[in-house]
Amino acid sequence: MPETVTLEVFRYRPEEESEPTFDSFEVPYHAEWMILDALNYIKDDLDGSLSYRWACRMGVCGSCGMLANGRPVLTCTTYLESLLPGPIRIEPLEGFPVIRDLVGDIGDFMGKLAAVKPWLIRDEEKPVEEGEYLQTPSQLDDYKQYSMCINCMLCYSACPIYRLEPDFIGPAAIALAQRYNLDSRDQGAEERMDILSQHDGIWGCTLVGECTEVCPKGVDPAGAIQRYKVSATVDYFKSLLMPRRSL
Amino acid sequence: MNPQYRAYHPRWYRKSVPIFWWLRKRSYAAFIARELTSVFVAYSAIMLVVLVLAMDRGEAAYVGMMDWLATPIVVAAHILVLLVVLFHTITWLNLAPMAIVVKLGDRKLPASAVLMGHYGAWAVCTAIVAWLLIWR
Repeated sequence: MPETVTLEVFRYRPEEESEPTFDSFEVPYHAEWMILDALNYIKDDLDGSLSYRWACRMGVCGSCGMLANGRPVLTCTTYLESLLPGPIRIEPLEGFPVIRDLVGDIGDFMGKLAAVKPWLIRDEEKPVEEGEYLQTPSQLDDYKQYSMCINCMLCYSACPIYRLEPDFIGPAAIALAQRYNLDSRDQGAEERMDILSQHDGIWGCTLVGECTEVCPKGVDPAGAIQRYKVSATVDYFKSLLMPRRSL
Repeated sequence: MNPQYRAYHPRWYRKSVPIFWWLRKRSYAAFIARELTSVFVAYSAIMLVVLVLAMDRGEAAYVGMMDWLATPIVVAAHILVLLVVLFHTITWLNLAPMAIVVKLGDRKLPASAVLMGHYGAWAVCTAIVAWLLIWR
């Protein structure tokens, strides 16, 4: 095993340069180190000006997503060892404007996430005295997979459609909409359909499938989108055949 | 922050997408290759329409069309078209379990059952067309 490993880190300092550059850092190699540990070493000991996001260090908060050798990964769950011998190239997630170094502007995603209303919508809340909304294990199983999404945006970075058509609502937002649509307690599917059935919604997806490939939590956004396409099509034909019912 | 301000912020770095972005990854290239097979599917559909139109124009037109279809170069080209269309069809059908989840009561139908349903329907359609064309 090597004693050190080289990281080529994307740098963008808008107050100093108009184009990004790469800085090379040699960091100690430890078998138990993740990429994030190496970045923290750089920040603490080599160059305190390096900017990047991180928080939980255990693959839950979804804030440390970056490209490692071109592949979108959570840097807190990716071992340096998996990318040896190096140099390991670290870049910000693609598809998002870079504010500084490895920090992208995620405002676009946050707006789209809110647009699909990722919360339980009820026509009418039942009184507290009537107790909780019960669910069978099978009903839980219907949406559980999608509820694992941590909003890390790796799927957006992997999706070429999002890069080419930035108005596309994107994989995670649609998967989260599906998470609530498939929840037996939810009644908001129609409200979400208004946003998701637009051209920039589910129909923007051409099924490259990379979103599912890179998801660190085993969510299947590509599957969610295709399922949504089927249900949107069925709803459309239902409304054609039975226009009164859809009123 | 005002979203308009964000969209036109001059200092934030935006990477442009190169025209050959799909050559960067094997999976992207495979995706584009499959998309291109749609051209062959469209060709097959157009060829069918042309054949029907030839029938409509009378016996001479139809026989002329059939003679052209029997020339070796057209036969070779159409074998290639058939192979590409088969590839398109099979890869399309294989995606069906991703889009269709069937629940019978509390039980989810396995992906293989959805797949078999699609291949079964394809086999039945093919058999009907073959019966009409060959044996009837």
